[in-house]
Amino acid sequence: MLDAIFRILALTRKELLAILKDPRSRFSLFIPPILQCLIYGYVATYDLTDVPYAALDQDRSAASSKLLSGLDGSGIFRRVADLNRAADIKTMINERRALLVIQIDQDFERRLASGMQANVQVIADGRNSNTAGTAMGYVSAIVETFNAGWRAEHGQGRVPIRLTTRAWYNPNLETRWHMIPALIGTLTLLQTLLLTALSVAREREQGTFDQLLVTPFRPVEIMAGKAMPSMLVGIMQATLVLLVAQLWFRIPFAGSFFTLYAGLTVFLLAAVGIGLLLSSVAATMQQAMLFSFMLIMPFSLLSGLTTPISSMPELLQYLTLINPLRYAIDMAHRVYLEGVGLRLLFSELWPLAIIAAVTLSGASWMFRHRLA
Amino acid sequence: MTVEHHLRQNTLGAKMRRVGSLVRKETRQIIRDPSSIALGIVLPVLLILLFGYGLSLDVTNVPVAVVVEDPSPAATELAASFQLSPYFDVRLMTSMPQAQQLMLTRKVDGVIRIRPDFGRQLSLGDAEVQLLVHGVDANHARIIQTYAQGALGQWMAKQTAQGQGVLSGPVIVQNRLWFNEANESRYFLVPGLIVLIMTLIGAFLTSLVVAREWERGTMEALFVTPVRPDEILLGKTLPYFALGMIGLTLCLLAAKFLFQVPFRGSVAVLTGASMLYLLVALAIGLWISSAVKSQFVASQIALLVTFLPAVMLSGFLFDLHSMPAMVRLVTYALPARYYVTLLQTIFLAGDIWAVILPNIGMLAAMAAVLLFLTRKSMQKKLA
Repeated sequence: MLDAIFRILALTRKELLAILKDPRSRFSLFIPPILQCLIYGYVATYDLTDVPYAALDQDRSAASSKLLSGLDGSGIFRRVADLNRAADIKTMINERRALLVIQIDQDFERRLASGMQANVQVIADGRNSNTAGTAMGYVSAIVETFNAGWRAEHGQGRVPIRLTTRAWYNPNLETRWHMIPALIGTLTLLQTLLLTALSVAREREQGTFDQLLVTPFRPVEIMAGKAMPSMLVGIMQATLVLLVAQLWFRIPFAGSFFTLYAGLTVFLLAAVGIGLLLSSVAATMQQAMLFSFMLIMPFSLLSGLTTPISSMPELLQYLTLINPLRYAIDMAHRVYLEGVGLRLLFSELWPLAIIAAVTLSGASWMFRHRLA
Repeated sequence: MTVEHHLRQNTLGAKMRRVGSLVRKETRQIIRDPSSIALGIVLPVLLILLFGYGLSLDVTNVPVAVVVEDPSPAATELAASFQLSPYFDVRLMTSMPQAQQLMLTRKVDGVIRIRPDFGRQLSLGDAEVQLLVHGVDANHARIIQTYAQGALGQWMAKQTAQGQGVLSGPVIVQNRLWFNEANESRYFLVPGLIVLIMTLIGAFLTSLVVAREWERGTMEALFVTPVRPDEILLGKTLPYFALGMIGLTLCLLAAKFLFQVPFRGSVAVLTGASMLYLLVALAIGLWISSAVKSQFVASQIALLVTFLPAVMLSGFLFDLHSMPAMVRLVTYALPARYYVTLLQTIFLAGDIWAVILPNIGMLAAMAAVLLFLTRKSMQKKLA
């Protein structure tokens, strides 16, 4: 038994050397995760910071210019043109010079003054309907502010009912708080899967796997020796993401590190299991790489990170139940932002443990019967 | 080598024959390796189906708890208007701790609370409706907030119409969404998908395959044959170009017939733009692989400089208007940015030349520069 452990450790050491001795592979293990963290932190948001718009103000009254100045003063909207004719709306939108056009009719102020309701038309470029929807939401909020001001000035009283929002776990609703902790799962899955699959495929392609088989190593020991280094690299990368999240983006960590790393270990077992299973199918490095990439794509698309799981059709929602990344991301969020302990994490941990058990035993069967 | 022999080698026919046999070899390699077919055909189909059927940024049926602590008719009516909203899947309850428990276990994404004094406060003209949202998914939370505001607005408008003294307005916003009246996120996700597929086939797959030739030394073996560097280049490019065009055709057919995405431009312009982008992607893939000559490193770099930007920085998923100014500046250097703009315009808006010409121009310039660089890096020499 002790001998077996020593053999596994020796293989682990050799694998780690093989991974870390090449400066280019060292580079590709640690620089891309940091870069991706930064890109996701700064880019992955649906909030808008700069919306070019055009105004078609046919009223040219005090009221209409007050409304438009509310937009200009928001810091988000940037007026790129003042239009004179309704026909110009088409060119502004079509040629992408403005994301939206605000049209105010001639009788805007007159209607308001006589106590009637007045319309403001917002025409938005729907080529990206999500962006357009967000921008229109911003316009509505600014118009609400205008309304409240108008009512106060003209003695119509306050709006009698209002909605106050409080957000749990992420008080300012920053997308970054959602994205970066999720990367702890996403990035480590990508690299662990790839490393595990490649390390076996490389030996098979170069023929050194056969040499390994004539040593006293048993197939299961070879498997363990291949799994350990990938898990270590995975833990290192997760730590890297954690450091960027806390030191660079300053996202407060609500949970305990012990819980996070304990959960991470279960997740990495599942990831390595999938990688090993994959490597027993792939005969060459190219196949290992392409197959793992093909797994990563649906895993990350169906993880609920970019589009919510509850918006998916029912069939796909069931499919996400076998996706380890879904649980890893949930787990990272719950520990990092919600601060839950191991007991409450149980609902994420047991599916991961099952995935790990199934893939690892499947891989060990393949190692004993197909490769050896 | 005689002069005659030399001349024979240089005739067009001989050139074509050499390129032809290279293309044949490469094509066989693609067809016989299950992983190339998987990436070139299976993955595109999978992505199309996932994006078309599964992934949507449109939020409906959000599970929320509505806690009515006030038995007054106004409160009951307000709760009913939340129930009527197609965006919410409402669970009515009367106790706040129960709702909070549901939120803790993430059974609901939000809690709308109508407090005990709602009716009385409303008659005083100062009522408050509380919304608690689960903030981890910030975007989702903000959408819930907008929907709740909308449901409240509708209730107010109804009260106004019934002469209940609750006034909405006075300025009413009327929204009109051009090009995508139904507000379907599928309409921009499916065209945007084409950029991912072209990038995967053009840059990722090509860099991997050519790096393998370097790694295994078969590229050296090719150098001692009469094949010219530009013929190698052509022989490597053509099969993957064809594979990319197959991917494009699949996407177009699926978009049109499976998902009924409107197509308002012309196929010719789309094909032209796509061929240019594919050339750019292929050139990047070839250039990376001949620069690093290792499969693992080449694929990692290809992912980092082509695929990741195509997902994150092209405006496909995250709009260019949401990026910080510095990042937006970087996107001008990325071919995917121009291609996504072209795809969205050609699909949803039509052949608008003021958009198409500058973007196609940029892609053409990039293709020219990158092909020149690739040609230079493909010299017949050993490192």
